Amino acid sequence: MKIVACIKRVPATDVQAKIAADGKSLDSAGYQYMTSFYDEIAVEEAIKTKEAKGGDVTILTISSKDATKEVRECIAKGADGGVILVDEDWMNRDCRATAKALASKLTEMGAELVFMGRVATDRDNASVGPMVATYLDWACVTNVVELEVGDGEATAKRETEAGLETVRISLPAVITCDKGLNEPRYAGLKGIMAAKKKPLEEAACDAADNQAQVLSLVLPPPRAEGRIIGEGADAVPALIDALRNEAQVL
Amino acid sequence: MSTIVVFVEHTGGNVRRASLECLGAAHATGAQVVAVLTGEGAADCANTLGAAGASRAIVLTGTENYSPDATAKDVAAVITDQGAKGFLAAASSTGKDLAPRVAALCDAVLFADCTTLSGEGDSFAVTRPWLAGKAIANCGSSAAVFCATTRPNVFTPVTDGGNVEVMEKPATIGGKATVIAIEAKPAGKLDVQEAPIVISGGRGMKDAESFAILENLAAAFGGRAAVGASRAVVDAGWRPHAEQVGQTGKVVSPQLYIAVGISGAIQHLAGMRTSGTIVAINKDADAPIFKVADFGIVGDAFEVLPALTEAIQGVVSQS
Repeated sequence: MKIVACIKRVPATDVQAKIAADGKSLDSAGYQYMTSFYDEIAVEEAIKTKEAKGGDVTILTISSKDATKEVRECIAKGADGGVILVDEDWMNRDCRATAKALASKLTEMGAELVFMGRVATDRDNASVGPMVATYLDWACVTNVVELEVGDGEATAKRETEAGLETVRISLPAVITCDKGLNEPRYAGLKGIMAAKKKPLEEAACDAADNQAQVLSLVLPPPRAEGRIIGEGADAVPALIDALRNEAQVL
Repeated sequence: MSTIVVFVEHTGGNVRRASLECLGAAHATGAQVVAVLTGEGAADCANTLGAAGASRAIVLTGTENYSPDATAKDVAAVITDQGAKGFLAAASSTGKDLAPRVAALCDAVLFADCTTLSGEGDSFAVTRPWLAGKAIANCGSSAAVFCATTRPNVFTPVTDGGNVEVMEKPATIGGKATVIAIEAKPAGKLDVQEAPIVISGGRGMKDAESFAILENLAAAFGGRAAVGASRAVVDAGWRPHAEQVGQTGKVVSPQLYIAVGISGAIQHLAGMRTSGTIVAINKDADAPIFKVADFGIVGDAFEVLPALTEAIQGVVSQS
């Protein structure tokens, strides 16, 4: 089976936001980057599926060439190769343009099962997975916490506000992965050495123009200064009073 | 007048609160609102949507098990039929799963988890968080259909709309993905993103068993509160990951957020800083959580929580 795990290179989750001079983008000077948290779960599930069902795993991303580091790290865990659709403006590519470019490459690659994180931790849009599936006319399950892949079909469980949903899908499919699906492995030294010899293709990203227009980007308004009500259980009556009369939430 | 199509979710014969808020957001732009509903009980819910701001409700009939891809096709067809310039759904598990598919069928970009929506004629704009709310983007779109999901607990439902005209449309049968079972949560258990009150515990709770005192406080609020958790707690296996609040969990904005034994890592603060009122209870007076809290108590959770629970029981039983 031709398995693909799509990843996104995102700013590390401990970065502070700083607005760039244009007032429409992030000032990314000094940012550290990482593979988006949920995409690590996608990579793990792709490798686990290969181990159980056979086939090969390719890591696919849209990014600047700097993503070579993240793609190699993912390959080192047990994937067979990687593809970077090179796009210097990847951070600002909207979900539709990203999904279209991925869908077109996935078709060219002959992908049959695609894993992604449920959301990228930079733009938090959680849309590319189901959009790719729709452009390809494939099945898709989002926020998956349990997966069983059969022949030409799969059964997945996803968490919703109402409870745990069981979804049956036909393959090919896009699966977006949530925390709880697996525990991502660490790459071993052997994997890291082997990853250096595995193919990493850099291809031009033929992305559609953005429809999304960022009109302005601002920092959230600071919260009003709070106060310490008191110490220990003795402070409870004063807290109740503040919640009731000041905040009016009781 | 512009038209906005809203996908409306319902459960147990009631329209979900997040969908009522979404209808309210659409109505507030001045657009004509067309609701789309599917599933058992949809027709009865559709009849109630006039007050909530819909002037028309389209019930997809003949559905058996929910299929997001089949429903997306039906919703996209309604958007075309109605000449709609906007499409909204709640940023719930179902809405966030469906809306990107509808957007792709309209070949339109989607803005998820929006916290404001404005409209002028056929032109719309939203604000939405980046980096879990560390920055706020104000966005417009050049797409023919403006597609967005609205964050729960942010928009205000309408209760004095008008009349609704209910129509039926045969649903597309045979999707590529089909929901075959739902293991319902225990009755009365709210999701952290939907609950008006969230009580979260951190490492300071010491172990999984101690979360019982948070459950007790949540219960004292009479079914309006959910228990949340920090990443450390979820990673330790004390609580299910569905309860994790923060940049790699869920972003919440309840009316009241109570953080107990949570120091306040930047990733956690990003996930709850838009809450209405924030209360922090922590032994360490220097914990970063106190910087975003409106009210803080420095103290041991095991001493403060039982007293707070008793006090809340008193307040709730009086009201």
